[in-house]
Amino acid sequence: MTMHMNLNDSTALITGGSQGLGYALASALAERGVRVVVVARDPQALHANVSALQERGLRVHALRADIADKHAIYPLAAQAAALVGPIDILINNASTLGPVPLQLLADTDCEELERTLAVNLLGPFRLTKALLGSMVLRGRGVVVNISSDAATEPYPEWGAYGASKAALDQLTRIWAAELGVELESPVRIFAVDPGEMDTRMHAQAMPDADRSQLAAPRDVAQSIIAMIEQPRRAANGARLSASKWQVRT
Amino acid sequence: MTPHDGLITHESATFRGDTTTSAQPEPTQPGAIRMLVVDPRAADMRSSDAAQLPAWLRAGDLLVVNDAATLPASLSASTRDHAPVEIRLLGPARAGVFSAVLFGAGDHRTRTEDRPAPPRLRVGDKLVVGPRLTAEVVGCSDVSLRLVELRFNAREAELWSALYAWGKPVQYADQPEPLPLWSVQTVYAARPWAAEMPSAGRPLSMRTLTALRRRGVRFAVLTHAAGLSATGDPDLDRALPLPEHYEIPAQTVRAVERTRAARGRVVAVGTSVVRALEDSAQQSHGTLRAGEGLATLRIGAIHKPRIVDGLLTGIHAPGESHFALLAAFADEALLRRSHQCARQLGYREHDFGDACLLLAGTLNQQGGPIAIQ
Repeated sequence: MTMHMNLNDSTALITGGSQGLGYALASALAERGVRVVVVARDPQALHANVSALQERGLRVHALRADIADKHAIYPLAAQAAALVGPIDILINNASTLGPVPLQLLADTDCEELERTLAVNLLGPFRLTKALLGSMVLRGRGVVVNISSDAATEPYPEWGAYGASKAALDQLTRIWAAELGVELESPVRIFAVDPGEMDTRMHAQAMPDADRSQLAAPRDVAQSIIAMIEQPRRAANGARLSASKWQVRT
Repeated sequence: MTPHDGLITHESATFRGDTTTSAQPEPTQPGAIRMLVVDPRAADMRSSDAAQLPAWLRAGDLLVVNDAATLPASLSASTRDHAPVEIRLLGPARAGVFSAVLFGAGDHRTRTEDRPAPPRLRVGDKLVVGPRLTAEVVGCSDVSLRLVELRFNAREAELWSALYAWGKPVQYADQPEPLPLWSVQTVYAARPWAAEMPSAGRPLSMRTLTALRRRGVRFAVLTHAAGLSATGDPDLDRALPLPEHYEIPAQTVRAVERTRAARGRVVAVGTSVVRALEDSAQQSHGTLRAGEGLATLRIGAIHKPRIVDGLLTGIHAPGESHFALLAAFADEALLRRSHQCARQLGYREHDFGDACLLLAGTLNQQGGPIAIQ
């Protein structure tokens, strides 16, 4: 088993890929020769942005789906494989903040919390379940769950989002434990804290933030791609920080 | 921790199921699929449980699976004259063209052989599936009116989204309730190529796969566009299985070579895997070749397997095409006796039923055969 994942001619499925970090990842992976399927809920942003990539000659496909809809998952997994081949890289990036503007937990509607868990936790669980078996039998695959520092820090008003990401982190560790935590395990899964980025989601959560202090999604995407290429630099199931991950060449 | 790992005793592997009576509840969980182990060398068999599969295989054996996902291959459509037609896709498109079998009015709740024939269609005719999805007939078969080639008016992501919006899994009258798409997928399904579920893989839960890996059994995948098991047209049914598309990865070819060099056994999960591997070997004079192929080989008693040592499959009755394929691995008397035994023990025969491991050397390895009958 090599220590390095060869990106050229591999395949990726990225949720929440029409904007922000997901779009930056789709674009950067496609530039590296990966055949990419991008999933998003909003058809307009999805098709406009994916068309822009396709016009550059990049091998990117767009599928519209709501990751919170359990009936969408198997169709999505199969359509993605039909378009680009068996999936090697799954990036569970689609996320919702929950109530916007952010609310204290006591003011959060139960339905808001349920919706947040459906998007941020159940969606990634179902999609990973649909794709992991193929990765295990082919002896090749990386799953990246996009997490947050809100998963570990109890920030007031980040209850729904923070709880969903904390559960996603724990799911990541347990998937890994079941796959084999040892470095030789051919299928890798990890959670990534991307840090504070200049995205629409960040603007929704913190409209008064100084954007010059925020990381560009494009730079964060490069760090995550480095993790995917060298997945054995960390234990399986690890929670990694994009800002602390050095891009090694 | 897997409870199976290392805990399987001679007794539990060999006697489980021997005392089973029809009074026991129908097993529904993947772990509760029963498995008849048939050893052609010992000319004997034993009743077991599919969750015990790791106990019947050895370190160094290679399990080859068909990773085709099951298509939503059944599409309700209508002709220009509003005559109802059911389209059943036979596999993935080749150069944008799908092979398909057409049925007239009705649905799977009617027995396939009782389904009316579709209206006579000619090249150029259109079938309307949904508001934005139509299929044009681009080819008709000499064998049957029902067998056609179709080209849809959409491609790539648009086509796949439409097929998944309108299509449903193919099913038969013995299962009247609609099958959800997820329920006809193996745990390792990838590209949607199969018209019907490669159902021999149903017992392979992640728990069983993990226990197999711990035992030292290796895995390899190929993709085979398993077709329909019935078309309702006797002429076409006689021609089954039709040529089926397959793809064997280079990694799988290497795994087979390593296994054979180390005297391990190549165990196919399902008849579709047997067909792909043996067809590939036949076409390249005995050696397996990586890449795509179109399986035309019909496997029966006179076929001498070149690659596959045995298989995990369902319970097949004499007269079925799958039964004929098994005759390449065991003599017919033993196969008939196995089927009789499965019947007596109340094994379920259809695609969602129980399992059979047909593999030489299994019973000896377990410490000597103990006959059921």
